[in-house]
Order: sequence, then structure tokens, then C-alpha cells
Amino acid sequence: MDFNWLSVILFLPAAGAIVIALMKGKNEKLYKWLAAIFTAIPLILAIYLFIAFDRTAGGMQFEENYLWIAPLNSYYHLGVDGLSLPLMLLTTFLGFLAVLISWKVTVRPREFFAWLLLLETSIIGVFVSLDLLLFFIMWEIEVIPMYFLISIWGSGRKGYSATKYVIYTLFGSALMLAGILSLYFTTGSLSMMDIANGGLGMVQTAMPAAAIFWLLFIGFAVKLPMFPLHTWLPDAHTDAPTAVSVMLAGVLIKMGGYGMIRLCVSMFPAQAQQYAQILIILALVGIIYGAAVTLMQKDIKRLIAYSSISHMGYVLLGIFALGQVSMTGAALQMFSHGIVTGLLFAMAGLLIHNVEVRDLSKLGGLGRQVPIIMAVFVIAGLASLGLPTTSGFAAEFLVFLGSYTSNVVAHLNVYTIIAIIGVVLTAGYILWMVQQAFHGPAKKEFNRVKDADNLEKVYMFAMVAVIMLVGIYPAILTDVFKVGIEPIVRLIGG
Amino acid sequence: MNLALFKPEIILATTAVLVILVDLFVSQKYVTKYLTLTGLVVAGVFAVLMWGNDNPALFNNMLAADNFAIFFKLLFLGIAFLVILGSADYENKFASFKSEYYALILLSTLGMILMASATDLITIYISLELASVSLYVLVSLLKDKKSTEAALKYLLLGAIASAVLLYGMALVFGSTGQTQLTAITQSMHATGSSQPGLWLGIVMIIAGFGFKIAAVPFHMWVPDVYEGAPTTVTGYLSVGSKAAGFAVILRVFFSAFGTPFSMSYNWGVIFAVLAVISMIVGNVSAIPQTNIKRMLGYSSIAQAGYLMVGLATFGMAMSSTLFAESGLLFFLVSYALTNLGAFIAVVIISNKINSDNIADYAGMGKRSPLIALALTLCLVSLIGIPPAAGFMAKFYLFSLAAQHGLLWLVIIAAINSVISAYYYLRVVKVMWFNPAPSREKVPSSIAPKVALAICCLGVLLLGIIPGLMMKLTELATFIFLG
Repeated sequence: MDFNWLSVILFLPAAGAIVIALMKGKNEKLYKWLAAIFTAIPLILAIYLFIAFDRTAGGMQFEENYLWIAPLNSYYHLGVDGLSLPLMLLTTFLGFLAVLISWKVTVRPREFFAWLLLLETSIIGVFVSLDLLLFFIMWEIEVIPMYFLISIWGSGRKGYSATKYVIYTLFGSALMLAGILSLYFTTGSLSMMDIANGGLGMVQTAMPAAAIFWLLFIGFAVKLPMFPLHTWLPDAHTDAPTAVSVMLAGVLIKMGGYGMIRLCVSMFPAQAQQYAQILIILALVGIIYGAAVTLMQKDIKRLIAYSSISHMGYVLLGIFALGQVSMTGAALQMFSHGIVTGLLFAMAGLLIHNVEVRDLSKLGGLGRQVPIIMAVFVIAGLASLGLPTTSGFAAEFLVFLGSYTSNVVAHLNVYTIIAIIGVVLTAGYILWMVQQAFHGPAKKEFNRVKDADNLEKVYMFAMVAVIMLVGIYPAILTDVFKVGIEPIVRLIGG
Repeated sequence: MNLALFKPEIILATTAVLVILVDLFVSQKYVTKYLTLTGLVVAGVFAVLMWGNDNPALFNNMLAADNFAIFFKLLFLGIAFLVILGSADYENKFASFKSEYYALILLSTLGMILMASATDLITIYISLELASVSLYVLVSLLKDKKSTEAALKYLLLGAIASAVLLYGMALVFGSTGQTQLTAITQSMHATGSSQPGLWLGIVMIIAGFGFKIAAVPFHMWVPDVYEGAPTTVTGYLSVGSKAAGFAVILRVFFSAFGTPFSMSYNWGVIFAVLAVISMIVGNVSAIPQTNIKRMLGYSSIAQAGYLMVGLATFGMAMSSTLFAESGLLFFLVSYALTNLGAFIAVVIISNKINSDNIADYAGMGKRSPLIALALTLCLVSLIGIPPAAGFMAKFYLFSLAAQHGLLWLVIIAAINSVISAYYYLRVVKVMWFNPAPSREKVPSSIAPKVALAICCLGVLLLGIIPGLMMKLTELATFIFLG
């Protein structure tokens, strides 16, 4: 495989961003079409790679490795394994849909699509980089488009939310940078694969491994976000434009979970095991607290945002239960949550756009006026609470099954049972939200509200199809995830 | 005596004199400007040609023409070149002193170049004064109230700093009986390095140089001088003077006080402490600023703090270090490009709006998107976000610090970068998100735009493919491998 597939997928959106930014004139349609094309091709290529991925061989595939900065011993090293490939696919999928979702953006469309495409490149870059420096650069670049996207096209206290987002992220990355630097000098390498394969044998005593583990972990925990580092998320989500919420919930926060598996667990299996207990308790707090706070929300976007905190708790639980099944479940939960919450945000955004009301207590009875939006919203909600035949069920089931049976950490079965309570709370707020928005007597002022148009139907049905497909046949993803997670679990001996 | 190794300096001095003379007879001022630019380019060409033939000692061991010196020669020449390009419109504010302005910049550049080459306390002091005195005059060039006040302040505080430096040098000379840097080391090895007089001298030298690099607590002059000076001079001051200070510190502290390790460790600790307080004071004080020049002044204090992380590494890990200095040099180059870019953008904008208040930058993103974009890139680079050079510089410098067990310092520096994001981004926010008071474009002649483009291109190149520059900085610091 000599063709540099990954580089093409990685840089096409950025190239599109540059083309759009440099174009003369005010042809808004052209920007949209260009953005669609520059995100559709990576999606098609990612699907191709997903099919071509050799599931029996495992390991890193489609690798590209060139010397980049000689004095730092840093390489331009890309590659995907069973863990990162589905996440990259998800990013390209949502990246394309985000363009469709933003079709109605009228304020400064040129800049909007340029930033959106740049954002996609940086997220893909996080998933495909195998060099720590490259990984970190991609991780950091994402901050700039997000800052502009939220503060220009957002709503409400957008300036505050954008700044808060940036400061939180930079704070996390500052610690992560310290972690990466100490990793670099205790091992002398920036290659993620070498460090993971070399294991702790390569880590000398200059810096206790536990300290590096925590430095890296906090960086990822801010992004995930883990309780108590989550407070940026509701603000950023609530005030972000719809497409950005979709990207943020869909793939951006997955970078945190991915980083935990790829760096924290793979490189520090012993430390991961040692601290799993604390982290799982934090995950439980996140699940229950997140769900409880969600129950209190009145703003529809804020409600969905808080639900992410709870759902990311399952990811954390799955990862640090440290079993093959639980980690596969965590990875699947990341994918599933990406689509499900992405769809919820897209629907909420559409509803807010059409109805121009975002307060749940003022909505109501919309089921008659916008039946299609309601139907899709309900499906997404049911997937979010984990109804069988949706992807949410498969993912949460695997997490619970895996963590209940995992024997790496003591008392895991008790923790799992507590976590399951979270599902009940989830059902509570999802159903309450659906009821508030769509049921009850129809209100006259909403009589002229438009339902979804054709373009919107395309993206909503695409997402529903994926939710169903993964829900009915989860093996399509779990087979791939397993290939990536097996070697990691072997390091732990679980 | 080999005058051939002295060509760039001779050319600079000649050009400076020529500029003043030509000014007497020619009324078109652009002649002197082109003369200046030509002088800088020719000096640069000769400097490039000298790269590689290391001559550690010239003129009775008073000067060196090694790679380290040549590296800084090129850096200072480049800075002066960009500053003069960038002043094309701004210099009309002091129209009757244009030629003096060019000549003073040339002389001050000459002083800085000599600072980087000097290997003897006497030449160091003389070259430092040459650079400083020219700068005092440059700061006063606007002749208005603020500019005069700034110049007087700079002169008085600078004179005190010079006195302290000179006193420190005298104490070192008293303890060792030598002024030549390597001879000082030899003498210390013979007599021991624990004399209190010697230590007092070293601390005073640090204070004197600390003034040049604007390290806390020797930073009092920075905000007022930065605000009052002509903006182009502020830009020149913020990068040139700082780089020269670091060049001379590197050479003095390596050549004279680099061994034994017990000594270098001690001054390394001093620099570590200065680094921490400079970063914190600089960043925290920058937050409430409303004037962009003052803000960039405080930010330059914080940047000096990051740079001193390199000095601390250099001192505290001397025995094992290989490339700590190259990280510092790379940071200096990246900082020079970034900060100059920011100042040139500020110059272009202030020409139009006649204000340095951040609030007046509102809507600049709409009025002049390209200039606003360039300023944004420079600010992003100052924060240290990739793909700008600032990130790579911090990564390189901090990685060397982390390597030598200074992780605590790295963490403080990294968290300070986060604090700095707040005030840098505020400017970005005002430019792009606040409504513009008018839709008028910001006009500019071509030269400042070219200078700005060079800076931005450099910032991006150093951020994306830094390998070549890192190699150069490593070659330049081979002299420190002993």
C-alpha cells in the first residue's frame, strides 16, 4: 500500500479550507459545495480504508513514516489500527454532515466553512498521528478554529464560553505537554508505538512513571470531560453553533477517551491498574452527577450537553475496568455517542432554528407540527438512553458486561450496578425532554413552524441508519475495535 | 590582527557615517534609506561567508568571530532590516530626523553585534553602551511628552544598570585579576570560586544584564519606554536589545563562570528564580493593560521569563547539557520574528487609527483582514499554539529543560502560557468580533507589508519545518561544548 491514503484524508479538509479562504467574490453557494466536496472525498476514502483494513493482521496499517525534525528525532508518522480507524471514520462522517447541517449559515459563510474544515483536519490528525509531537500539534491546532467558531457564530454568552473553552483546553494541554516532554526524555523517543511496545522498561527513574501518567491523564480528562473538570462543556455546547456542537460532542471530546487508551493505558499499564479504582469512582460520580444535573436543565441544548458528561462517564468506566470487553464497549460507546449526541444536537439546532425557542418550558405540542423532527428526535433519544437495536444499547451493554466481569479492579461489580442507575436517570431526562417539547396540546404560535426539508432529511436519516446498523449488527465495529484493543489489554494481563 | 574577519562591523560603521554625511548634501531622504538597507544586506552577505571558519579569538582576545557570533550578527542584521522596512510610513512622524533614525539603528545594531562577539569584559561594556546610547536617542525621537519622558526614564535607569554592571565587572576583576572571559575561568580554577566578592560581582552582572533583557525585578522601565517610544523603535528594542542581552549572558556565563559545576548551578538557580517571577509578573501585569504597546511590553517580560528557563537549564545542568543553548537561540529567532511581526502590524494599524488602545482595534478583521490575520498569527505564536513558531520554540526549549530535571519549571512555564492566552486572545477577540466603527481600509505602502509577510512566513516555516533552523542553532552553539 504505497499510496498515502491517510495524508490525503488528513489534509484534504485543510486544503479545502485554504481554497475557500482564498476565493474571491461572494458566491456563498460555491463555498458550501466546495466544503461538501472537500469533506465528502475524505469520507469516501475513510470508508474504503475501513473496508480494506486487514482485520486478521491487526497492528498499525496504512502507515506513513518520514523523518520530520531531525534534531528532535521526530517523525511524520501516521497510521491507523483497530482503535483509531473507526474514530477517524466517525470524524469524516460527522465532518461531512456538519457541512450539510451548516447549509443555512448566512453570516460570514466563507470564514465559517474554512474554520470548520480546518477543525476536521486537526481532529483527524489526533486520531492518525503516531508521533507524540505531531499528536500534540494536532491536539493544539483544534483550539483556534473552535475559538473562532464559537465566538463568531455562537449565541448567548459566546465570548465567555469560547474563552473558557480555550483556557480549559490550554490548561489541560500545558500539563499534557509536560507529560509528553518527560515521556520523551525518559524514553528518548517520540514514537507512540515504540514507547508502548518498549513498555515501562524504557522508562528510567528520572521521573516517576506515575507523575507522567497523571500529567497526561489530566490533559485528556479535561477534554473527555471527566468530573470535576467538565464545567467548560455545558457553556461551550450551549453557545456553539449547531454544526460545531455536533463536532464537539461527536468527535472532539472523543479525543480525550482515545488519548487515555492510546497513551495512558498503553504506555502505563501498571499505573492504570494502580489508579483504576479512583478513576472508576470519579467515572461513577460523573455518571450520576451528570445525569442528575441534566434532569434540572431547561435549555434544550444545555440538557443534551450535560447528558454528555454522564455518557462520557461510561467511557471512563469502560476504559479503566481494563478488560477487553469493557474497553471495546468504551470504544463503541465513543462511536455511538458521537453519532447519537451529534444527531440530538443537530435536531435541537434544527428545532431552535425553526421554532426560535430554546427553553423547554416554552416548547410543547410540537409533535403535530413537526412530525419528522419529532420522530428522529425520539429515535436519537431512545438510542441515547440505550434502547435495544440502537447503537447506544450495544455500547452500554458491552461496558457493563465488561466491567462487571473484569477482575482487574476490586469491587467492580458493585460499581457497575451503581453505574446502571445512571441509565435509569438517563431514561428520565430523555423522556421528560421529549415530552416537554413534543407532547401535550399543540400551541397555536407554532402552527407555521416548518418541518425538516429535504437536505435535513438526508443527514438525519443517514445518522439514524448508522445508529440502527450499529445497534443491530455491532460486530461491524466491535470486530475492528477488538483488533486494536487486544494488544493493549495484553499489556495489562487482563 | 585580521581586519578581514571584521568586515560586517566595518561596513555597518561606514554605512552609518555615510548615511549621516549623505544626509547633509542630498535632500531626497529615500537615498539614505536605500543606503542603509544596502549596508545591512552587504554586511549580511559578508557575515554569511564567514560562517563556519571558527575564530574564537581576535584582537588580543577581545572579540570572537565564531559561529555563535555570526549567528547573532545575522539575527541582528535581519532585525534591523525588517525594522527599517517596517517604518516606511511611520517615519513621517519624525520626518526631519529620518537619516538620523537610520544611522542610529545602524549604530545600535553594530553595538549589539559587538555584544555577541565580545569575549572580554571591557569590549562587552563598550559595545553594550554603544547599543544603549543609540537606543536612548531613538526612544526620544518623537519629541513629544511621552517620548521624552520615556527616553529620560530609559536613560536614567539604563545608566544605573550600567553602573551596577560595571561595578560587578570590577568586583570580578578584583577577585580574579582578569577581564578576558576564558582567563577569568582559569584564574578561578587556580584561586577557587567561593570568594564573596566574586559572587557579589556575578550577582551585579546578572542585575545589569537583567535590565537589558527586561527580567523582573529589573523591568521597571519597560512599560513606559515601550509606550512612549516610536512604535518601530519599540519593536526594535523588544527583540534586538533582548536578543543581545541573551547573547552576552550566554557567552559570559558560559565562558567565564561555566565551570566548576557548583558555580554554574548556583547562577542557574538565580536564573530559574528570575524566570519564574518574570513569567508570573509579566503575564499577570499584562492582563489589565488597555494599550497594546504596554501589553506587548509586559508580554516581552514574560517571554524573557521563558527564555530564562533556557538559561536555568544551561546553568543547572551544565555538566550534562548538550543543546540547552540551541533551544535558547531557536526561541530567540522565533521570538524575534513573532514580536517584530506583531509590532509591524501595530505600526501599520496605528498609522491609520492614530491610537494604540486595544479597544480601537475593533473590527480590524473586517477593515483589513490580511493585517488582522497576520497580527492574529503573531499573537497565536506568542501564546505558543501550533502551527506557529512560538510553539516549536517552547517545545524545543522546554524539552531541554525537562530533560535535565527542571520539569517543575516547565510546568510553571506551561501554565503561564495558558494565562497569557487570556490577554493575547482579547486582542484577537476585539479585532474579529467587535463591530467596526468605520469600514475604511487601513492603507499601507508596500515595504511594511513585505516586512510583515516575511515575519509571518518565517513564523509559519519555523513552526512547521523547524529542522533546518534547529541544526543552525546547534552549529552556532558548538563553541559551548568546550
